[in-house]
Amino acid sequence: MQFIPLLIILPLGAAFFISLAGKNKDTVCDIFSTVITFSLFALSLFFIFTAKTYPGTLVYKVGGGGLPGGIVLVLDGLSIFMLTIINFIAFIINIFSINYMNRFSAKYKFYTLFMLMVGGMNGVVITGDIFNLFVFYEVASIASYALVAFGTEKEELEASLKYTIIGVVGSLCILLAIAFLYAYTSSLNMADISLSLAQNNLNSVVIFISVLFIAGFGIKSAIVPFHAWLPDAHPAAPAPISAMLSGIFIKSLGIYTLCRIFYNVFGMSSGLSHLFMFLGALSIIAGGLLALGQSDIKRLLGYSSISQVGYIILGLGIGSPLAITGALFHLFNHSVFKSLLFLNAGAIEYATGTRNLEQLGGLRTKMPVTSASSLTAAMSISGIPPFAGFFSKLLIIAACIKSGYIGYGILAIIGAIFTISYLLKFQKYTFFGQLKEMNKNIREVPIFMKFSMVTLSLICIFGALAIMPKAAGYFLKPAQESLTRTIKYADLTTQVLYEK
Amino acid sequence: MLTYFLCLILFCVGLYAVLRKRNIIKMIIGIVICEYAINLFLILFGYRMNGRSPLYSPNQEITSMVDPLPQALAMTAIVISLATTALLVGIALRIYEKYGTFDITKINKLKG
Repeated sequence: MQFIPLLIILPLGAAFFISLAGKNKDTVCDIFSTVITFSLFALSLFFIFTAKTYPGTLVYKVGGGGLPGGIVLVLDGLSIFMLTIINFIAFIINIFSINYMNRFSAKYKFYTLFMLMVGGMNGVVITGDIFNLFVFYEVASIASYALVAFGTEKEELEASLKYTIIGVVGSLCILLAIAFLYAYTSSLNMADISLSLAQNNLNSVVIFISVLFIAGFGIKSAIVPFHAWLPDAHPAAPAPISAMLSGIFIKSLGIYTLCRIFYNVFGMSSGLSHLFMFLGALSIIAGGLLALGQSDIKRLLGYSSISQVGYIILGLGIGSPLAITGALFHLFNHSVFKSLLFLNAGAIEYATGTRNLEQLGGLRTKMPVTSASSLTAAMSISGIPPFAGFFSKLLIIAACIKSGYIGYGILAIIGAIFTISYLLKFQKYTFFGQLKEMNKNIREVPIFMKFSMVTLSLICIFGALAIMPKAAGYFLKPAQESLTRTIKYADLTTQVLYEK
Repeated sequence: MLTYFLCLILFCVGLYAVLRKRNIIKMIIGIVICEYAINLFLILFGYRMNGRSPLYSPNQEITSMVDPLPQALAMTAIVISLATTALLVGIALRIYEKYGTFDITKINKLKG
């Protein structure tokens, strides 16, 4: 339990250290940040096994303070699930950026912002206090606004301005919602709020707060009416940051917070679940259609992220244990294969200097590792049977039909067909066909970039094992249980808080 | 009740500036006005009628005290909004260097 704050202290301390001492010492920064992200990953693996032996939730009181004013850090199944994904992907992307970020000057500034982002995301996931959640949310968001503008060219600045203004309006909504929530329940602890909301009936104040939260967190998770920032911000950011944004940022700041607020604090109502299903289906179809028409690789992948996030939201909206398992498994798979595809896009840009599909082609012979890893990711995301992506989509569609929402099931299947078609387009125009004259002299990317791409593609292949009953007991099942048993989170947390 | 209503109007003024103005600096000012409106709201609902400042002192009975927690929240929100505003102004200055204008209708290299 006493190790829980390390998840926040390590990345924030590393950011501080790198920004002070890292100037012109690129190798030191590389090694230091890799060690930090690896130890974060090891720490989250440690928590998986600790939580297995320890009944209930792990709670740490910051500064020894309890209710009502003190801040607590809470680790339950869902938090540990998200932590493992965040820290694993961050570790892999950190290794990738050792070679990739040599294209930019001021590498230490990149690592500073990267560490702030990881620290903010870890903080959002483990905090049990709703205002503290807002603070970490802003830490991660501000780091990401700056990272999108990292290239400081015309497009990057424009994308970052657009993203910042939309994001700031979203966080104002969240702050207003937290103010209303405190005025209504006079508590900031999420478990405490959930207990006091459970005693009252649904009224207009709660509905107003829910709307504000959906608007605020919906902007970060890029569900369709709120998605306008994503297709600009993803291509503008450097490739490792696109992978971070799409792989874990929109999940930890958007989907995790939506889950936590609406499943564990407010409690899911039928209106809310229909709204989630509608928004999810809308995202699947709109994101898939828009992705088909793109010629920039990263833009195509950005729209694809919107479409895949739609599956997760659809699964969460249905709300049966099967659907939630599917949604969480799809969340895990999506963070692996979408990060891998963005890293592939970065590798292609590193080798050829362009991301335009029309100027590429025939790279299969020149870049075998990139080509093979990209093919596994594409097969996994489009749902070819032995790969992990197939099982998660199957679970979501089966849950749709089992719960009687045949229409949404059909929309999800149509979305899967869109997914196959735009990824075929990406594969065909990039790796197959004739090699262009201008690309005759390209070479495969350096060793660290290869290493991270190969690791992620191995997980794409063997990730399906995570759904096996034995492995799921450690990883997926606790996360699913912490969502489906609504009252459990509040009970277990307050139980620890009130005992002396 | 009137003060809450005025607070809402202040928020709407800021939101109007963000949505309708074409100058980036005016949009940033709009965001700052929104943040002030929310900070004001935080302070307002923590206030008690004729309340005193939330300071404990020995051998003194406290009858009516304003709620100190929203004040702490407003302080934190001010610090966060400082960071956001500084970043936004930095981006706006860089945009002026590259494009030579603050008009968002002329900054349109991306399709959206």
